[in-house]
Amino acid sequence: VSKQENRLSQGGRIDRAASFTMRFDGREVRAFGGDTLASALLGNGVRVVARSFKYHRPRGVFAAGVEEPNALVRLREGARAEPNSRATTIEAYPGLRAASQNAWPSLRFDVAALSGALQRLLPAGFYYKTFIGPGAGIGWWMFCESFIRRAAGRGRAAVASDPDVYEKVNAFCDVLVVGGGRAGLAAALAAGRAGARVVLAEQDFALGGSLLACPPGSEGDAWLAAVEGELHAIANVRILLRSTVFGAYDGEIYGVVERVSDHLAAAPEHQPRQRYWIVRTKSAVLAAGAIEQPLVFTDNDLPGVMLATAARSYLNRHAVRCGSRVVVFTGNDAAYVLASELALAGAAVALVDLRRNVPEALARPARRSGIDVVAGHAVVRAHGGQTLEAVTIAPIDLATGRVATATRRITCDLLATSGGFAPTLHLFSQRGGKPRYDAALGSFVAGVGAPALLCAGSSAGRDGLGEAIRSGFAAGTAAARRAGREGGTGYAPEPPGEADAGSWSREPAVLTVVRRADGSLPAKAFIDLEHDVTCADVELAHREGYVSIEHLKRYTTIGMGSDQGKTSNVNALSRLAALRGVAIPDVGTTTFRPPYTPIPFGTLVGRVQGRHFRPIRRSPMHAWHARHGAVFIEAGGWLRPWYYPREGEGAREAAIREAGQVRSTAGLVDVSSLGKIAVEGPHAAQLLDRVYVNGFASLKVGELRYGVMLREDGFVFDDGVTARLAATQFFMTTTTGNADKVLAFLERLLQTAWTELEVHVTSVTDQWGAIAVAGPHARRLLAAACVGTDLAAASLPNMRWREASIAGVPARIHRMSYSGELAYEVYVPSGHAELVWEALMAAGNPLGVLAYGTEAMGTLRIEKGHLGAAEIDGRTTLRDLALDRLVRATKPCVGSVLRRRPLLEDPQRPSLVGLVALDPARPIKAGSLLFAAGAPIAGHGEGHVTSATYSPALGTHIALALLARGLARRGEVVRCVDLLDDTTVEVRVGEPCAFDREGVRQHA
Amino acid sequence: MLRIQCPVCGTRDETEFTYGGDATLVRPADEESDIDTWFEYVFLRSNPRGPHREYWHHVEGCRQLLIVERNTLTHEIGAVRLARDAKRGNDS
Repeated sequence: VSKQENRLSQGGRIDRAASFTMRFDGREVRAFGGDTLASALLGNGVRVVARSFKYHRPRGVFAAGVEEPNALVRLREGARAEPNSRATTIEAYPGLRAASQNAWPSLRFDVAALSGALQRLLPAGFYYKTFIGPGAGIGWWMFCESFIRRAAGRGRAAVASDPDVYEKVNAFCDVLVVGGGRAGLAAALAAGRAGARVVLAEQDFALGGSLLACPPGSEGDAWLAAVEGELHAIANVRILLRSTVFGAYDGEIYGVVERVSDHLAAAPEHQPRQRYWIVRTKSAVLAAGAIEQPLVFTDNDLPGVMLATAARSYLNRHAVRCGSRVVVFTGNDAAYVLASELALAGAAVALVDLRRNVPEALARPARRSGIDVVAGHAVVRAHGGQTLEAVTIAPIDLATGRVATATRRITCDLLATSGGFAPTLHLFSQRGGKPRYDAALGSFVAGVGAPALLCAGSSAGRDGLGEAIRSGFAAGTAAARRAGREGGTGYAPEPPGEADAGSWSREPAVLTVVRRADGSLPAKAFIDLEHDVTCADVELAHREGYVSIEHLKRYTTIGMGSDQGKTSNVNALSRLAALRGVAIPDVGTTTFRPPYTPIPFGTLVGRVQGRHFRPIRRSPMHAWHARHGAVFIEAGGWLRPWYYPREGEGAREAAIREAGQVRSTAGLVDVSSLGKIAVEGPHAAQLLDRVYVNGFASLKVGELRYGVMLREDGFVFDDGVTARLAATQFFMTTTTGNADKVLAFLERLLQTAWTELEVHVTSVTDQWGAIAVAGPHARRLLAAACVGTDLAAASLPNMRWREASIAGVPARIHRMSYSGELAYEVYVPSGHAELVWEALMAAGNPLGVLAYGTEAMGTLRIEKGHLGAAEIDGRTTLRDLALDRLVRATKPCVGSVLRRRPLLEDPQRPSLVGLVALDPARPIKAGSLLFAAGAPIAGHGEGHVTSATYSPALGTHIALALLARGLARRGEVVRCVDLLDDTTVEVRVGEPCAFDREGVRQHA
Repeated sequence: MLRIQCPVCGTRDETEFTYGGDATLVRPADEESDIDTWFEYVFLRSNPRGPHREYWHHVEGCRQLLIVERNTLTHEIGAVRLARDAKRGNDS
């Protein structure tokens, strides 16, 4: 068992009784309860944890939270593996497995890093320079891509599907508090006391925020315990731990990811791995703290260089002293407390302060603790092979950022840097707020915008314990009032003892980059650690003209890593400001986008996957089809019987058999998926007259009529048969796929343009089952099933309907034909549809009836030249489909003007024809392009095949197609070319209707 | 996500609605036979910055068309009323 060489024997906020082991790259790592993977690695003396994105430089843990740019690892194994996880936010648990990324063959010895050549090969704008321009075609890119992707990269995602469950929760509240630190707790307390429904979301597994980085027993601890206790006692306050508010959206809606089981080896039974909360709130308090910003100098990425707040957090929270010889490099007051705590913990500490005049109140106690305080100096470079061994410091002139030539070398194994603080304004920015630069703080703070999101604590630049609490309490009160909660809030709970006024607010030195003595920029000085963007890259981009921060960001990819520049954006801004010679606020800021921290796709998807992605509609006869071996197909959201195979049959063989039998005896097909709309009211006929191109006012009760409707732009929208049930009642049918659209279209017209029409339109699709009975024996079949109903051709001719009773179920029989046979559609209440279907099958059995599916139905309608969705595809006109003969010219209808646009009347437009294959052995493929015989196969041809089938009635392959000049080319032989599998079929152009053109059969 | 105050159903998520486009346009009379008039109505849209009136169809609720005042800059939702009421109001 390895020794925890950096773990102190006492202290910290860890549970030493819970001691366990984990593995990183196969190596055993000892940990305690309360550790993160990063704190455990540091405690075990593991300093190199990753290789950098582009240059494969060794990297160590840099931060202690979500801002970590270096320590990205692959967490867990197999199907549960998650790449690019931040070691600093991974809670330790027994048996945890993690591995490093982007290193080959190993973390300590990486071939790609050997020569450092990558750095010279991959300057800013590398992709644009290398892959765009003369000689840099797509082929060159594709050749190089795999090498680049492999060399410059991140972790690999698991290939197997994720075995874990994720879920989605909707929540409503008055006040959402983002962050459970000092300000957030105070805000939640105030809002909770006021009676507001509060949700407090904290990304950590414990409340306290920055208080947890203070030594145990600090004055904040008693305050924290008291406030936490009171919050738990307020019933209207809900506390979500391990929950990150990742996005702020319109309408005060926030996305929160709760990591329910990530801290466990496996999710407990019936628990998700993560839960996605959609929180709708009236107001929100942003108390997300601030993120410390690093200073930039040569080799500032060496393992052992770390943010000062991180070093402090590891020391006080995890009892891990990240070094024994420490240099603290700062320009503000905040790092002094770390220096003295490290000294107290036995480290040798030198404190390098950029400021020449350090307040005596800071310097004197530090010196008394044995700290070597070096004022007016800067770290010029870090030294070390794989990890930090020493730093060089030199006196600095803050006005120019230049150092003197006289230098001093300090041996150290930890360099804690603090270049100031950036309030966490991501959600404020997402909500449309504009950050404002506060020169006194040297930070961007919330400016205008986002009125319902109130900033508090460090997020508002209020860093001192007392002022953070007070600002949080005030924000919580204001947020509750905004939500209309007027309850009393009492006094803010003040901490005992002396509440400091804030440590990073006293005129910090604002400096990003330490320049060399000659004024030149340091080499290998990283601004964006995650994306390996150096100071020189920013310089180069500026020189090449990328002077807007938005352009700089995209050109150099600064701040575009998965950390979204949490430790690099501010430095990039101030660097660009210096290069342009303008003030920092004049450079502007980039806008933050969700998510604040990366979230797995699985969490967003939740249970909406596989079968749950979209509900499937089943016909009321579905069970019968399933029992009788139907193969189903999805069509327009419905699961429909496709065909009913017999032994050894595929779709084609079954459909040929089924279609053939319908034409010789009879068949039943389930057409329940047709859209059905009840159109009722005194003006029902007028509505239909206005939406259909043909007339409906003249339709008599008892009659059916085929109708075609256009869109407002004049193209064909939908077709279907409508029955007049009574003077004021119509029963409209639509195609399966357009049912919703037609209903919405009618509703829109009735509620906007035609409010004077007294009509109701109601979807009755689900209320009616529909069965088509087709074939020469259809009448005998129905007569056997509904005894006593006169079905004779004279009393029920084509396009008439009549009421009947089948198996005791009231039914409506519509005599109409899609197949071209003598046919009826039987409409029955859907609850009894299966019973009726069975009765019809029983009645038809002696006549040789069979059930047929959509494939055979398609074959039958193509033989008849009837239209389907492939012809009414939204791009065809009445003329194209030879439907203009239906138009009743004496009345206007939807689309009647725009359909006459000149180009739509061009005879060159492809229009509907039928095709018959010359060679019966050669199938025609739908989607094939049409070319005249002898014409070159180039371009888009003269039209395309819309629907194709083998016709059992004709004994050859036939198709419907849209062909330029259409029926004017009757008799011509053209070629159907399928460019996908390179086949050509010769066909003869003819009428769309290829079978029983006189309609003898359907009028029988 | 927008939250829309449906006069019939109360405040609901945007996902219950379908967007219906510009509500300031007036559909030409059915008898209108001028192609250009129809062309303008069907195809031409302005893209206003700031307050705007739009149709939203509450398809997963009461199936009413609403006229929603939305600020295209801030996505703030203002007054919401039934389209049929607005039409009748204009007619009377």
